[in-house]
Amino acid sequence: MSGRTASLATLAGIVLLLPLALQNNYYYEVAIQVGLNAIVCVGLNLLIGYAGQISLGHAGFFGLGAYGSAILTARYGWPPLAALASATAGVAVLAYLIGRPILRLRGHYLAMATLGMGIIISIVIATEDRLTGGPDGMPVPALAAFGAALSGERVWYWVVGATLLAAVWLALNLVDSPHGRALRALHGSEVGAEVTGIDSARHKVKVFVISAVYAALAGSLTAHYAGFVTPAKVTFFHSIELVTMVVFGGMASTFGAVVGAAVLTVLPQALTVFKEYEMVVFGAVMMLTMIFMPRGLVPTLALTLSGRRLPR
Amino acid sequence: MSLLRVEGLSKEFGGVHAVQQLDFAIPAGQVFSIIGPNGAGKTTLLNLLTGIYVPSSGRILLEARDLTGRAPYEYAARGIARTFQNLQVFFNMSALENVMVGRYLHERCGLPAALLRFPSLARAERACREEAESLMRFVGLGEYAQSPSDAMPYGALKRLEIARALATKPRLLLLDEPAAGLNPTETLGIDALISKLAESGVTVVLVEHNMKLVMGVADRILVLDYGKRLAEGTAEEVRRDPKVIEAYLGAGAH
Amino acid sequence: MSAQFLQFLLAGLTVGAIYALVALGFSIIYNASQVINFAQGEFVMIGGMCTVWLANAGWPLPAAIAAAVLVAAAVGLALEKLAVEPARGASVVTLIIITIGASILLRGLATIVWDKNIHPLKAFSGEAPIQLGGATLLPQSLWVLGVTVVIVLLLSWFFGRTLLGKALLATSHNRLAAQLVGINVRHVLLASFGLSAALGAVAGILVAPITFTAWDVGVMLGLKGFAAAILGGMGSGPGAVLGGLVLGIVEAMGAGYVSSAYKDAIAFVIILAVLFFLPSGLLGRRSSDRV
Repeated sequence: MSGRTASLATLAGIVLLLPLALQNNYYYEVAIQVGLNAIVCVGLNLLIGYAGQISLGHAGFFGLGAYGSAILTARYGWPPLAALASATAGVAVLAYLIGRPILRLRGHYLAMATLGMGIIISIVIATEDRLTGGPDGMPVPALAAFGAALSGERVWYWVVGATLLAAVWLALNLVDSPHGRALRALHGSEVGAEVTGIDSARHKVKVFVISAVYAALAGSLTAHYAGFVTPAKVTFFHSIELVTMVVFGGMASTFGAVVGAAVLTVLPQALTVFKEYEMVVFGAVMMLTMIFMPRGLVPTLALTLSGRRLPR
Repeated sequence: MSLLRVEGLSKEFGGVHAVQQLDFAIPAGQVFSIIGPNGAGKTTLLNLLTGIYVPSSGRILLEARDLTGRAPYEYAARGIARTFQNLQVFFNMSALENVMVGRYLHERCGLPAALLRFPSLARAERACREEAESLMRFVGLGEYAQSPSDAMPYGALKRLEIARALATKPRLLLLDEPAAGLNPTETLGIDALISKLAESGVTVVLVEHNMKLVMGVADRILVLDYGKRLAEGTAEEVRRDPKVIEAYLGAGAH
Repeated sequence: MSAQFLQFLLAGLTVGAIYALVALGFSIIYNASQVINFAQGEFVMIGGMCTVWLANAGWPLPAAIAAAVLVAAAVGLALEKLAVEPARGASVVTLIIITIGASILLRGLATIVWDKNIHPLKAFSGEAPIQLGGATLLPQSLWVLGVTVVIVLLLSWFFGRTLLGKALLATSHNRLAAQLVGINVRHVLLASFGLSAALGAVAGILVAPITFTAWDVGVMLGLKGFAAAILGGMGSGPGAVLGGLVLGIVEAMGAGYVSSAYKDAIAFVIILAVLFFLPSGLLGRRSSDRV
């Protein structure tokens, strides 16, 4: 069994067995949240972890997916599935148009540009209140499929679980293909990739669009699941949370992105017992993990378990 | 018939003329060497010949096709491959994967095929892996097939770049100081590898500092000094050229 | 020049000077360590909050200010020593996450040591507006502009004339070479964090009487400072000042003439536009990859 099949089977097993441990709706809610964040992170990891291109603005794409669905269904009466598909496709087009100029930038300049892009999107969403409800947010109709509305935590658990598995499967396939090798190559040495025949600009834009689609899809699903959207999930801080999940779990590890999303989604829930110390503990955990495990949780554990020395 | 022709090629960096008014032709099937003292413009010329730098003036023609101003990946697609003096290995990948990347141009697959992993892709991937393994054996790296590239010794990395370049199936292979930093035994090994490459039919451009290596394997030699052509000819002609002796050999280098 | 335009210009220069100080902090740390310190905004917050706290405890204002700058500098040194130095050699993204973690931690500490309220600070020399060509100017704005000018002059003297300043510059150009000529790079890194933190604190104190201060003011000020540093060209001192002033003026003009709701968006649109045409900022070093 290849590494790809093994990690997919492991994840499928966890998704199938997890309900045995979920005792009430609150646990289901947290699990769904983990799944939705994990979908964004799997896509974002393709961009950051594999292609080595930072984005500090992916909450913007998440938000456009969420609000695209919300506006098309609530304001224009579209069927939810059509709204979800259109919002995601719209984000793909936007990401393509923005991606071409933005991805010519490198390092900190790219970080700044994506950050700016995310902030612009969040300001537009918070300001255009006739369309978006402004800072108060707006209600979103439930997702309906085959004439029946999807509602209830247990139904949504399976919807999100299945979507996550599909997202992971596609990402694993991509990474293990000539496209994926091209992405990792331009991360390793852009000039080395170019002289090997790889059009690095085109590949960067392509993976940027893919990661934006993942974020938008998760955004749409979140909107329909929660039945309400607010600008809170479109902020710079949410972009940072997403990147942190990817880096925390382990860059260039699809499984790591899922684990990172899981740990950092559950942690704040667990930390609420610390009340006013929540931020301090959260910040400290972020710092300590990155200082002592700069490669992230999953790659570090994998190396430790396989008994190999950690290369720096 | 020459494979590559360069006409009036110049490159300027903020007033500094790194390469000036170069004209030369590289015949197909030969080992063509470019030598010169440090700072003679050898690496700049190589960067021009692979599209990494855009020339200030002049043209680069591969057979009759004008490649001037194209991006590096287009040069690669036309059959020009290269290695680097200061390595550009993909250290985030295994040695074998580095060579598999080199097969990129010949393993075109659409995005849907990659995302859904069509059976045709799985077959192509197996063929790609086997091809890469055989190239690694060809350059003498058979034992490193499963190594992470960041765990390999320097000499092996130089060969790895050659294997990656060969995987693109180049018509013209540019080697930038393949012997730099190697010990005498390793240098002999590279020497033998270059001869083996030439026999396999690929045209080799060898940029070197190490005169001895060049004299042994090169069919023609271009000598650069301060970005200009100092001399060109066979090893014997170049060796006897008084200008070369003065600028290069006479200065006591090697 | 219309009075309205002048009014916007003065407002823009004032806030731009603050951005310039924060941007200088980013640039100094970046030059010494190649780290983008996302906790830079928290130094601004610590400066303002600490001054307010000490002033309320009865300290005379100058003493409170001096103590607040020292506290911020100490936090800066601790950040370098405890978080950045142990992570040396980590990737850019990892270092970004570490400093973001630090900023969350510092914000959390601020809510515990102080509180979650918004605090005013008394203006340094009264609130009586000054009339100037039909526009009005708060005395505090003069403090902001004056202190910024003095700091910029001091910094250029520091980097041009003092040994530590030159060591900082040398390290930014070539760390290995700096080490070889006997510069203790670790001390230089430490000094850069202390200096940046002090600069941030000064900015936070200067602006507190105009915009008030709170535990979370560092987020937006930090982002704007980063934006200004990028706009000017990361690592360039004059670039940081220019970037700050341009950003402040663009924002004020955008808020005045276009839409106040979109003032931040306008600022970021301008930055994106500049980056598309000048990928290394206004005064950044043009680099070409050597291979």
